[in-house]
Amino acid sequence: MVLPKGVLDWRLGGLLLGLVFFLAVLLVKPIGVSTQFVILDGLLWGAVDSTVVTESVDAKSGYASSNAYLDKSGGKYAASVANPLNYSFVFVLALMAGAGLSSWLRAPLGTAERTAPAIWRANFGDSPWGRYTAAFAAGFVVLYGARLAGGCTSGHMMSGMMQTAVSGYIFAAGAFASAITTALILYQREA
Amino acid sequence: MDTAILLALAIGGAFGVALDRVGATNPNLIVGMLSLRGLHLMKTILFAIGVGSVLMFGGQMLGLVEVGHMSVKAAYSGVFIGGLLLGAGWAATGYCPGTGLAAAASGRRDAVFFALGGLLGAAAYMLSYSWVKTTGALEEIAGGKATLGAVPGAGYPALVPGAPGDMIGLALGAAFILIAFALPDRLRRSDVAVPAE
Repeated sequence: MVLPKGVLDWRLGGLLLGLVFFLAVLLVKPIGVSTQFVILDGLLWGAVDSTVVTESVDAKSGYASSNAYLDKSGGKYAASVANPLNYSFVFVLALMAGAGLSSWLRAPLGTAERTAPAIWRANFGDSPWGRYTAAFAAGFVVLYGARLAGGCTSGHMMSGMMQTAVSGYIFAAGAFASAITTALILYQREA
Repeated sequence: MDTAILLALAIGGAFGVALDRVGATNPNLIVGMLSLRGLHLMKTILFAIGVGSVLMFGGQMLGLVEVGHMSVKAAYSGVFIGGLLLGAGWAATGYCPGTGLAAAASGRRDAVFFALGGLLGAAAYMLSYSWVKTTGALEEIAGGKATLGAVPGAGYPALVPGAPGDMIGLALGAAFILIAFALPDRLRRSDVAVPAE
């Protein structure tokens, strides 16, 4: 298989990725991403309705929310919404900056690839809006699933299995079973 | 700026670079892995989990890594159901939450739509959380926040009580690395006929 320009061989790439996951748990805590979608939702919600997250002396975190999910675990998420300049939220912003910079230095994407990846175009054609609609719908399903599971590929699968977490194995079993089935059905043609 | 923010910038930035350099932000490679046509990323992921596991548990056993930094998530039936949902969307587009954001930052416009859909999906979960709770899907199973064996000093219950969790972690880490080496580059033959010489 021919790898795109600048993509590392799996040994070097796996070593790099593994070191980052190790450094995270050595210095701070295991990596996770999907919670921050909730925090950004909370920020957006708070911008139109300032009563969503409020200070509370009774809550363990010091913050409470009218939304049961933001309010759970002593208002843990509510506190992050009240103070978005926290480790986990800044981590995700830095992730985007790092990936953007790295990809720009490696090989900027062509126009067609920026709209839809080659494997999609080979199977479903060049219509941008077909791809955008599918991506939007899939994003909805992926994040609903990640929040129901309590983590995503980073938090549950990589960080979880690395720590021998039972939940990580349960998640990976579900995710790979459905992902492989879906990919085999949808992508009949190679790019 | 406090230390936590500096660490977030450094580790988050490094994670973003790593995701881009291994090819995880490229849906062609993700779909290639999931359709079993190109296992580059599968080998990368298994190797990474193995490296992380060996370093973390090895470091713990040598007393160099703080056991308290572990954070084990709870097991409940929703973990499996959520995994099924995530897997379907992951395969359909080639994006998961972290790589979708990274891909959007790399200039992939479709990934911006993925992220917007993700914000709506997360919001839908926030609103349906109270109902989901009534279904029992969030009730803990298999020991809740459990590890496979008992990790000394971690305070998590073990799925197999009495089994040495750190040794199991080290052994599984080594096993992941071996599987990464043993896996072939692809499991399916190319659909494209190779022209005869």
